[in-house]
Amino acid sequence: MTVMTYRQALHDTLRAELQRDESVILLGEEIGVFEGSYKITAGLLTEFGPARVRDTPIAEEGFVGAAIGAAMLGMRPVVEIMTINFSLLAIDQLVNHAAKMHAMFGGQVSVPLVIRTPGGGGQQLAATHSQNLEVWYAHVPGMKVVAPATPADAKALLTAAIRDDDPVLFLENLALYNTKGEVPDTEQLGRIGSAAVVRPGRDLTVVSYSRGVVIALEVANQLERDGVSIEVVDLRSLRPLDRETVCASVRKSSRAVVLEDDWLSFGVGAEIAATVQEGAFDYLDAPVRRVAAAEIPLPYAKPLERAALPSAADLIRVIGELLDATRFTHAEGGS
Amino acid sequence: MPEALMPRLSDTMTEGILVQWLKREGDQVSRGDVIAEVETDKATMEVEAYHSGVLTRIIAEPGSVVPIGQPIAVIGDAADADAVPASVNPVVAAAAPQSATAVSAPPGRAAVPATRTSRGTARSPLARSLARKYGLDLSRITGTGPGGRIVRADVEAAVSAQAGTRPAPGTPAPSRSTTRPPATTDSPDDERTPLSSIRRITAQRLAESAAAPHFYLTSVVDAGALLRLRADLNEALAGDGPKVSVTDVLIRACAITLRAHPEVGSSWAGEHIVRHGHVNIGSAVALEDGLIVPVVCDADRKSLAEIATEAHALTGRARAGKLTPGEFTGGTFTISNLGTYGVDHFTAVINPPEAAILAVGTAREEAVVRDGQLSVATTMKLTLTIDHRVLDGATAAAFLRDLVDLLEHPLRIVV
Repeated sequence: MTVMTYRQALHDTLRAELQRDESVILLGEEIGVFEGSYKITAGLLTEFGPARVRDTPIAEEGFVGAAIGAAMLGMRPVVEIMTINFSLLAIDQLVNHAAKMHAMFGGQVSVPLVIRTPGGGGQQLAATHSQNLEVWYAHVPGMKVVAPATPADAKALLTAAIRDDDPVLFLENLALYNTKGEVPDTEQLGRIGSAAVVRPGRDLTVVSYSRGVVIALEVANQLERDGVSIEVVDLRSLRPLDRETVCASVRKSSRAVVLEDDWLSFGVGAEIAATVQEGAFDYLDAPVRRVAAAEIPLPYAKPLERAALPSAADLIRVIGELLDATRFTHAEGGS
Repeated sequence: MPEALMPRLSDTMTEGILVQWLKREGDQVSRGDVIAEVETDKATMEVEAYHSGVLTRIIAEPGSVVPIGQPIAVIGDAADADAVPASVNPVVAAAAPQSATAVSAPPGRAAVPATRTSRGTARSPLARSLARKYGLDLSRITGTGPGGRIVRADVEAAVSAQAGTRPAPGTPAPSRSTTRPPATTDSPDDERTPLSSIRRITAQRLAESAAAPHFYLTSVVDAGALLRLRADLNEALAGDGPKVSVTDVLIRACAITLRAHPEVGSSWAGEHIVRHGHVNIGSAVALEDGLIVPVVCDADRKSLAEIATEAHALTGRARAGKLTPGEFTGGTFTISNLGTYGVDHFTAVINPPEAAILAVGTAREEAVVRDGQLSVATTMKLTLTIDHRVLDGATAAAFLRDLVDLLEHPLRIVV
């Protein structure tokens, strides 16, 4: 085990896959000479050369289309899109081409493409550069969407995404790049589509993914001191979605809150709430609650931005309301 | 800012009466400090702080009735004192969030009326499935969730009330007429007394007991030797702890006999019968407005003096409303002694889920025939009430026979 940042885990995994498989290539804006806007690709151009680490023009539809074509012909392109907001320029390529090819060509071709892209707000990048659009892709059959919260999962899921034969949107988050965690030194091949109970608990389930998991763990540790035992489920993958792990947790705790960075309406929380009522209805003691971003274009001003994004305090408040609504008492743990 | 909430201090508790505050606004409190006293349906108990900080605001004044889970005080930083919401309703307080974050709430949540009409009250899915599992009728349960929703806590309270971890019996069985609703004519001379929580629990528990098919066995004990022994003991032990009462002797005698007849110390549990490994004897104590049954645990392993000391202390705490739940739960057999009231003979109502209860009448001089000779003896009538689902006549009769024999040869009680 080595303690490293999320950023380092991504970098090391890209390097390892470039070394392991000649068909792995990197494409993206400023990933070569400039070493990436977030320095994930630092040193890789020097080590692997411009044939495998390629700077592209500022033309997302063009370079994503090129990557899809390369993938169809046997390469394993890993494309960095500077933020998920810019992926909208390539959404036709992703939704109408990458996600459809395998089915529409009767299985004759696959598109082993990875789109690495960070989402999320909180950096004062204003409304058009702070969005959480992962659910747009998670909606589309033919796509896979993974969203690791820890450096270890970043390594395991990026490895799995690169070796997967379907297009995978690999969601990163600006607020996670500098977070640290233990990462196994050996090769890790994660399983796309499996959620994890990252903290076992008894009284209430918090379901989240990506940055939200970090907040959920912080809140769970805080409330533990108040005698509330919270289980945290990290989805890790939005499509495929591991519904059973979520439902199993709620069947145990009977209370569920979803913490999501995206907007409330039609968001990840809506899908989880529906999943829970389908898979754990008889175990629910109160409606599933959701904590999400304010339904507004994200403001630039720092206090407004902070107020609009879901925080630990918001999660604590909603957990408190849910515990009250189910007449939670500290004696409950014994029953 | 953390709120101190009305805790659930017993399984049957749905609300508590704030008796007094032991801390004042502005006082520093640490987690675990006793901050207030609360009267539950069973006893007056202490409330501890779950957070450290400053008691910035007292929400529930002494004397107020607060449902469990509702805030009674706010504990925060001293600087927060002015920012405390005035509302005692956490739902309303939450309606003015300090952040703009979107938070889901069921549509129309705020508009849910406190009581519903034709379709009944709301029940959580978990409450419904638990009710199915336990065979409970939810229409007879009061919901304490939002808008009166029945939640798991309510079902579990009803289940434990039914399974009977807390007693309240020992009274004479109600005659048929008293179980009917009272006459409905509204005379201006009639007085309506609202049910106190202890009365409500007592009534509920006794009504549950009526579901068990009972039978009754009565024996007469020649109590002469027993009463002489008790008098001798009290003379010998004078000043050394409380006096040994007839009930104390009976607790010890029943414990010894139960050890020889363990099947009498059983409970009906629906799908099976529980034979208890311990001999825990309860004795009914009359309160001003109900009954409570403090329990002497492992009475078969305690001396008569130990039992007398413990029972005396328990009775005192019961009358003061200071029993802790552990002191009135877990009984395996109950004794109800109305002898001190001059009652000759009565039948007691079983304390569910126990299988039997012993009703003890007064000791009185009677004319008895012994070996064909008429003589005078001090006798006592003992009546055993038995749950026929658990025990049959011969088993219960053997227990009573041995108990009577022990009481008539009481030296074995003290050795």
